[in-house]
Amino acid sequence: MFRSKAFSLLKPIPLMSGQPNLAYKFIHPAIASHGHRCHRRGVDYRQRYKTCPGSAGGQTISAPQTKVMAEEELPGVLVLDIGGTHGVLENVAALLKKHFRLITMKEFLENKKEMSKKIQSVFVFEGRPTIDQELLESLPNLKVIGNSGVGVDHLDLKMISNFGVKVTNTPHAVADPTADIGVALMLASARRLVEGCQVAVSPDTKYFAVDWLGVEVTRATLGIIGMGSIGYRVAQRARAFDMRILYHNRNRRRKEEEEAVGAHYCEKMEDLLQQSDFVMLVVNLTPETHKLIGKKELGLMKPTAILINISRGAVIDQDALVEALQSKVIRAAALDVTHPEPLPRDHPLLKLNNIIITPHIGTATVQATRMMAEEAIANMLAVLSGQPIPNHRRRRATWAFGKLNRWHTRSTAWPHGVPEETFLPHYHEGIS
Amino acid sequence: MWYHKPVINEELLQSLPNLKIVASSGVGIDHLDLNLLSSYGVKASNTPFVVSTDTADLGMALVLASSRRLMAVSPDTEYFPADWLGAEVSGATLGVVGMGTIGYKVAERAKAFEMKILYHNRNQRNKEEESAVGAIYCKKIDDLLQQSDFVLLSVNLTPQTHKLIGKKELELMKPTATLINISRGLVVDQDALVEALQNKVIKAAALDVTYPEPLPRDHPLLKLKNVIITPHIGSATKKTRRLMMENMTESIQAGLAGLPIPNEVF
Repeated sequence: MFRSKAFSLLKPIPLMSGQPNLAYKFIHPAIASHGHRCHRRGVDYRQRYKTCPGSAGGQTISAPQTKVMAEEELPGVLVLDIGGTHGVLENVAALLKKHFRLITMKEFLENKKEMSKKIQSVFVFEGRPTIDQELLESLPNLKVIGNSGVGVDHLDLKMISNFGVKVTNTPHAVADPTADIGVALMLASARRLVEGCQVAVSPDTKYFAVDWLGVEVTRATLGIIGMGSIGYRVAQRARAFDMRILYHNRNRRRKEEEEAVGAHYCEKMEDLLQQSDFVMLVVNLTPETHKLIGKKELGLMKPTAILINISRGAVIDQDALVEALQSKVIRAAALDVTHPEPLPRDHPLLKLNNIIITPHIGTATVQATRMMAEEAIANMLAVLSGQPIPNHRRRRATWAFGKLNRWHTRSTAWPHGVPEETFLPHYHEGIS
Repeated sequence: MWYHKPVINEELLQSLPNLKIVASSGVGIDHLDLNLLSSYGVKASNTPFVVSTDTADLGMALVLASSRRLMAVSPDTEYFPADWLGAEVSGATLGVVGMGTIGYKVAERAKAFEMKILYHNRNQRNKEEESAVGAIYCKKIDDLLQQSDFVLLSVNLTPQTHKLIGKKELELMKPTATLINISRGLVVDQDALVEALQNKVIKAAALDVTYPEPLPRDHPLLKLKNVIITPHIGSATKKTRRLMMENMTESIQAGLAGLPIPNEVF
């Protein structure tokens, strides 16, 4: 397996008060085995640890453990279910069990009195369990909600913060697979793969029509709206297709980052919309990005353009999109996300033939699911032990051994001045 | 000649005494009997380079579509099950069989997805080309087959590559591997492929080309859930088709004028 080595980094870490550098201990094996490699590239990881914002007083990674691990009970983590339709996957449950006492919603509801005190964390997977006022009130010892995935628009951050509970997400684990899906959808819609498959297998097909055509991806113009971690990776992939890359973002990226992928900044989204053959949405869902793409924006796009959405369904005014696709205001759309998910079976979007819809599979890979769980577990453990949430730049380097090189050659910004858009904090406070 | 039609046979050649040149669309010439043409003094040309990027794009599209299971969506969906998973492309190993122009462009694209790239070719490419895409040469195709998560065929069809991938080769592949074919249907032993897919000897296949095209409607490949088939659309974009036609026109004009023919095939 490609990244299986990284998973073995997660060793059971005893939760004791006063234990220093929980996070560093976690990633120690990676650094030890790659010290030489980092050195060759002129990087001293140990040095960076000391200066990083998460550093707890500059203690070294190999600080001896002075306290003995008592037979403390593992903290409880609440999940909706194990297996089944919406439960966490078996292998994820196994990972959770190494560090937590796993409590399902059913177990909790059957024995609220006893269980409610034990639950210090909730592992939210695919938006479940729903975190509402009632649940928060019934969990007096809840400290952290570890979300699997990067989007937290399904969580009422303000309400959760009022209960003194922290929220963490997993920006690292999602970045590559989501970027892959973005490009996959772009290629699939440009070359009409879904329609093509249908032709290839249809019982009515007698011959392949020679005038059955798609549009080119190579050397076309891709407009990325939202150039965060995921958006930037999309740009890296698109560059290999010789695409002209435009991007729109709250803030402009550094010159080196722009040049590395050949991206041109469009301060006004309108400029991007008017020039792009493919428009890809890679923003998070906030009040500012809600219905970011509406009738006006669709009207600004080229009639030959294709809209791709790998962010959240509500970023697009869905009714306006239906109309635009029906009237050929734009050529086609490819959506990994809709609102709701799934769409009602009689929704007009499902009937159009110039649309591809995938069932929110941006991170639906064996590897990503596992990595999200591991990232969420590390986040939750850090909160429960009072440690700073692991700095995700460093973590990125340590997750997958083979990626150390890549990470280093691409990022010139670390450790100082990491561009804001890429630094999606693991740790959300309930600020509106 | 567009999409291998009209078929050039002895009868047709005999009835066209003034025929000078057959310009064929696309890069493949396996459908042309070059000896026959040459015995009638007729020249032939193809359109090799213009199809390369589109075909490479499609190859990459098929790698992504099959690994992330883009085609498996159904109208009966009531909910999206949490255990519906694909496999990641980033970090996976791509084995390119046939590192010509098209194969190389696939490698260029795959590199951006952080894929590890192995390749097998009649000849090894030079060091600069290899390191530009991070490709590692596998002199023996077996080595490539055993290590790849995606095996992509981008060879031309010749007597040597006919049924290049048969039962033995499929068994050498990982059971988690996907076979992608953007070359010609006959490069793969189709019956062996059906069996391999049915018995999960390999995980899946994505084929832009089959033999014949289209497959008979009752062919087992059409029924398998772990197969994606596209209707030979490797070069099916407006721009590329136009460029192909321009190339063919140039070749014809040169042929008729007795000048050296661009993209002549022998």
